[in-house]
Amino acid sequence: MYKLQLCLRYLRTRWIAMASIVSVMLGVATMIVVNSVMAGFATEMRERIHGILADIVVETHTLDGDPDAAARMQEIQEVAGNYVEAMTATVEVYGMISFKYRGQVITRPVTLIGIDPETKGAVSPLVTNLTSFTSGRRMGLALEDDANIGCRVAGVLSGSSADTGGIHAGDRITGCNGTAVQDTRELASRLKNAVDQKAIELDIIRDGQPLTLELPVPRPTWNLTADAREHRRAIIELERRRLEWNQPQDIVPAGGTQAAPQPTPPDLNTPPGSQPSPLTPPPSFETIPPPARDFSTPGTPAPLGSDVADLSDPLPARVYLGAGLIEFPIEDKKTGEIRIERMVLSGEDVRITTVSAGRPPEPRHFTATVVDVFKSGMSEYDSNLVFCNLEELQQTRGMIDPSTGDRAVTSIQVKLKNFEDAETVVERLRAAFPAHIYSVRTWQQKQGPLLAAVELETGILNILLFLIITVAGFGILAIFYMIVVEKTRDIGILKALGASRRGIMSIFLGYGLALGVVGSGVGVLLGLVFVHYINQIEDGITWMLGRKVFDETIYYFPEIPTAVNPLTVGWVALGAIAIAVLASILPARRAAKLHPVQALRYE
Amino acid sequence: MRTPQPIPRDASQQARDAWATATSAPVTTEPASPPQQPNRSEKASRLGCVALEKSYRKGDLVIPVLRGVDLEVTSGEFLSVSGQSGSGKSTLLHVLGLLDAPNVGEVHCDGRRIDNLTEPKRDELRNQNFGFIFQSYHLLPELTLLENVVAPLAIRFSTLRWWSQRKAIHERASEIIEKVGLGHRIKHRPSELSGGEMQRAAIARALIGQPRVLLADEPTGNLDSATGQEIMALLASLNEVQQLTIIMVTHDERIACQAHRIVRLAEGRVETVNQAA
Repeated sequence: MYKLQLCLRYLRTRWIAMASIVSVMLGVATMIVVNSVMAGFATEMRERIHGILADIVVETHTLDGDPDAAARMQEIQEVAGNYVEAMTATVEVYGMISFKYRGQVITRPVTLIGIDPETKGAVSPLVTNLTSFTSGRRMGLALEDDANIGCRVAGVLSGSSADTGGIHAGDRITGCNGTAVQDTRELASRLKNAVDQKAIELDIIRDGQPLTLELPVPRPTWNLTADAREHRRAIIELERRRLEWNQPQDIVPAGGTQAAPQPTPPDLNTPPGSQPSPLTPPPSFETIPPPARDFSTPGTPAPLGSDVADLSDPLPARVYLGAGLIEFPIEDKKTGEIRIERMVLSGEDVRITTVSAGRPPEPRHFTATVVDVFKSGMSEYDSNLVFCNLEELQQTRGMIDPSTGDRAVTSIQVKLKNFEDAETVVERLRAAFPAHIYSVRTWQQKQGPLLAAVELETGILNILLFLIITVAGFGILAIFYMIVVEKTRDIGILKALGASRRGIMSIFLGYGLALGVVGSGVGVLLGLVFVHYINQIEDGITWMLGRKVFDETIYYFPEIPTAVNPLTVGWVALGAIAIAVLASILPARRAAKLHPVQALRYE
Repeated sequence: MRTPQPIPRDASQQARDAWATATSAPVTTEPASPPQQPNRSEKASRLGCVALEKSYRKGDLVIPVLRGVDLEVTSGEFLSVSGQSGSGKSTLLHVLGLLDAPNVGEVHCDGRRIDNLTEPKRDELRNQNFGFIFQSYHLLPELTLLENVVAPLAIRFSTLRWWSQRKAIHERASEIIEKVGLGHRIKHRPSELSGGEMQRAAIARALIGQPRVLLADEPTGNLDSATGQEIMALLASLNEVQQLTIIMVTHDERIACQAHRIVRLAEGRVETVNQAA
């Protein structure tokens, strides 16, 4: 009994013991915070990578691809059909993109991926990365931030899903799928998680009445959104007027592309007017030597300004551009605020250069309309990927067999019903597809080095941080030794009163245990609270320092992601307690070994 | 016998009442083990030692403190041990109270040798049979007076027993504290008490475990003569009323002669044994 009593009494009366508690607490809290943030980042990153790659990817080594995609998919279906949920064929090829921005032509190297949005969306979440979806524009919502009421619907496009869902202009959006939102930025991050469902639920307040409305989410397409179409119409109209204005002074050079009745626009962003049948492929383009090909689609161009509605039609080639390719942050000189400058908007055109399939590879150029901006949050992808409509890419690269009509693809992405079967499926596919032609990998294997690096980083960080707690352990050892020396006489008294060696020892072991339990308990609490309020804390530090600690324009995270793993928290707490007890063994043994008479004489 | 209060007793305590428990192996299994073995002495001898020798080592130097001391205390006796500083009287007390082990010689209790018991046994015996009083009181500074007084019982009982009996224990402690005249100080810390009060608290602590023998090491050494006299009166009354065996070490002749018998030590040997007036 006295052991417990003295333990608690010493705990309460020894201020120096507080130092041990604080050091254990800080160590534990740091470990929990760092682990949670690392886990948060890792989870987020894995999700983003997984979002772009499918569960399993079957790729050809050659850029020419496999000549018959349909047959390969059939084969996969036969080999591992019962595991497969969905498949999509893609063409991945290197390329360049160029566009005009304020009078300069900007060219960037890219990875061009031809996809079919419908099947790609079934394999991995596609729409969650498309800004037209996350901003609500695809649903026909125009949102704005109102200083007083937060997220307000500025307008609703008639006939859109927002209109069908019953949203009116002027409504205030207060929640999305049950989570409260304050402003458009927050709504965007909620929509990012919600738009891969068939429908989303929005909580709104209309005329002071709260309502919950369900909006169907449109499927991903290559169509322009209404406002992108509007933008396209406006810039084409502007260009048309400029050309008309310049017409009299225009000197038509002899030959070349300028000889065409429709002048090549000086601005790459302004394509020629509409073509009568935009989706008709150019006839037997394989036979046309590349230099002879015009950047604009062949065919009889309609006279400028013939039909305004046609003007806004996008070109047959359409792309989703990675946000990192066309965005950069600009600091406002006056306010110091950082805003994102977008060099190309949806509805404008870009030039794409790639190589053809076949021998020898030849450069191929085409102009494509930007339909959407792709923003996954992995800068590696966002500043590198351009998604293009599969058919156009296959056609441009000559991947369609003119005689049979078979379409070649370079990779087939597979989504499994259950990712745990990945190993089995990979094994089966590897057996079925010859390794010298195909590589079969899970998304993790494809991104192995990156994921391994993150894991290694977490491991090393954990070891280092645990050393901090060990340091705290040595602090406990030193402090306990001091306390034992200070309490020598009391130990003698207890022995005179009949306390046993084990009893004395357990006083100090219990003391260590109590320090560990209290320290790690408070540490766990502190760590969890810190993790919970990490974004508010970040805001506070930002406010104090006057500059951003966590720049979302760099990391693409609207807020610091965290993931608390209860198992990790448990182990950290247990480890800290164990260290505290271990550190108190030596002083406790010393206390137990004290000779009662000598201890009593100790002054 | 000593106290009329019904203090809760566990098996080991019942066993303690029979002095023989000292050597009986698992104490709890032999309640009230009877055999008093009068193989050593015909007298009702309670505590004694034979040919005690004890020396301390200081580096290579061996300093003999006790050089063959024989002593016997009968139940209910008030014995004082006096002598110069360094005559070995404190050491004798420590050896008798099992705080220290002799180099040569034996300590007996009811005819059983107790100095060679295992350490846990000696701890238990000390807790149940001896009450210590020290010159500088030796109260635990973190605990209140009440907590200090009940400490021997806290050591004796497991947490569970303690909780189930804490009411009776506290009642008994309050009674003893009242008896030593500290009823108004029950919640105070030792640092808030005067020397005399602290020594009374120490006596209360020594009494709570119902010991057979009270071992007092210079109980008045740090007190002025008036307060010292009060403490002596308290000890004398305990001896008289409760028939408590007391062995008191002192270098003060006037204090020493208040005992029944005075043993004078010199150079680690018994010099004279006087029956007090």
